[in-house]
Amino acid sequence: MPSDPKTGLRWSNWNLLLLVPLLMLITPWFNIDQPRLFGLPFFYWYQFAFVPLGVLCVGLVYVKTKDKPVVTGKPDKLGVDDLDEGAK
Amino acid sequence: MQWTELIVFSALFLLVTVMGFVAARWQKGDTLDHLDEWGLGGRKFGSWITWFLVGGDLYTAYTFVAVPALMFGAGATGFFALPYTVILYPIVFLPLVRMWSVSRVHGYVTPADFVKGRYGSHWLALLIAITGIVATMPYIALQLVGLEAVLRSMGLNGGGILGHLPLFIAFVILALYTYQSGLRAPALIAFVKDILIYLVILVAIVYLPAKFGGWGEIFNHAQAKFDGTPSKTDGILLTGTNQLQYATLALGSALALFLYPHSLTGILASRGRNVIKRNMVALPAYSLVLGLLALLGFVAISAGTKPIVNQATGRPDTNTIVPELFGHNFPSWFAGVAFAAIGIGALVPAAIMSIAAANLWTRNVYKEYIHKHATPAQEAKQAKIASLVVKFGAVAFIVFVDPQFSIDLQLIGGVMILQTLPAVAIALYTRWFHVYGLVAGWVAGMGYGMWLLYNIGNPAVNKAHFAGSALPLGKISIFGWHPFGASTTQIYVGIVALFVNLLVAVIVTLIAKRAKVFNGTDQTDPSDYHVDEDSPRVKPVATH
Repeated sequence: MPSDPKTGLRWSNWNLLLLVPLLMLITPWFNIDQPRLFGLPFFYWYQFAFVPLGVLCVGLVYVKTKDKPVVTGKPDKLGVDDLDEGAK
Repeated sequence: MQWTELIVFSALFLLVTVMGFVAARWQKGDTLDHLDEWGLGGRKFGSWITWFLVGGDLYTAYTFVAVPALMFGAGATGFFALPYTVILYPIVFLPLVRMWSVSRVHGYVTPADFVKGRYGSHWLALLIAITGIVATMPYIALQLVGLEAVLRSMGLNGGGILGHLPLFIAFVILALYTYQSGLRAPALIAFVKDILIYLVILVAIVYLPAKFGGWGEIFNHAQAKFDGTPSKTDGILLTGTNQLQYATLALGSALALFLYPHSLTGILASRGRNVIKRNMVALPAYSLVLGLLALLGFVAISAGTKPIVNQATGRPDTNTIVPELFGHNFPSWFAGVAFAAIGIGALVPAAIMSIAAANLWTRNVYKEYIHKHATPAQEAKQAKIASLVVKFGAVAFIVFVDPQFSIDLQLIGGVMILQTLPAVAIALYTRWFHVYGLVAGWVAGMGYGMWLLYNIGNPAVNKAHFAGSALPLGKISIFGWHPFGASTTQIYVGIVALFVNLLVAVIVTLIAKRAKVFNGTDQTDPSDYHVDEDSPRVKPVATH
């Protein structure tokens, strides 16, 4: 992944997907017994369902923000000197 | 004495011991006499190794015995472990890659190294390092609680000091190979641990529910049990007063986890940003296992499992619920495999935690204050010795102090480590906070958090102090004023303390900025936070 030395922050709107799993914290939405699935009360299987949902959200952000430099067309011009940080 | 279990357990334990020693030669670098190599495995672990290592690190033996034990005792509240480990990854996804990049450019080994580089203040770094060490120590001790629960279930349940002998032997072996191989030992052993855990859990969740009439029956049994108890907060669903506690405990735990030095060790040991990102996608596989495991607490209710009495303390130990459930319902050889899974599950995090604590000690106390011109080889030597001290300290804790004390300390540790969030995590994004503000916020959050925890009692178990982390909102008072009246709604103490921390940090920062107090020198550059493994700017490993 090309590293852009200029900007301090990189932003992509895909990052907003990372907020979706936090909906899991709103307990009144799922603190009920029925309907049950395989005998599991709603409270439990609803939260289990958030595991794949979380994976999907994080996975999408990973795939969609990969290899996406904010400033394009600027080759990395760092020289060998940058490697020389001196002996401590 | 349960011989079959003991033999299977010992055989698997022997296998990982050999692996632990051989690990020193696995993916070997030029030298082991450098913290990059001993403490971070050469900073070159790929996606698979990182997945096993971090998974082995975060999902510890204690989690595997304590979460089901909590479900067994209190019901739905124990299930917070699932939302905790689901929201964890989206929260840390972006900050962790920034931490990796900046650490890779400047050769940081610990979170306190980063704080020192970012704020140029070794005092703030010391504060962070000490918080990390103090919070990690009881966590190591708790791994021993997990390991001992298994040993006692196998019949090694002696009284007095001698009763701790098996635990002591297991830990001497662990200490020796960690000393020799560093982070490579737990990285290699984690493969065995995780494969065993997956095997055991998959068998357990298919076989056991069928044996006890299916999940529907199991939940009905659990509900009947909780209905029969005097407590109003237990049950298979949350109640009116503990929903906020459930959500804030999950959130607070998720925010805290990657502030623990041992979690960051696994991240900094990885090869590049994509390795970390892929792991944030793949690690929830363990959350699924943890959630299923939690439900075993209810299975134990249906199975009529009784916690065994710890001969050393004379009290029933609810942490033996899962080992007992396995011991009574699996054929002995498979129970042996299950015990080994939990036992080895204690060794991996204990090793990583002791390495992380040793790194903190070496980098941020020893090199900073005791031996300023220590060579990399001297640093590595110091860290190896520190890892031994840390581990034997943990053993001494379990042997000479009531294990309950470690559990209390672990609870406190979570609240403590959360107070480093502004200096470590927020500092990854902005230097807006003034160093004085961060110190003042730390002091305020820490003090207030400890005071709140001290005052939480539980008459049911005859404890006046440190009996839990659930705080009724009505107990919060600001100089005698109760902003929430007499509300009995509970909230996680850590979140309250963090709020106070941030509030004080903001106020002091505003004052310090107005007074134009010097805010330290920032060693890092904004572009450092995006550097990846292929960049010429990454610091060569094990040379500085």
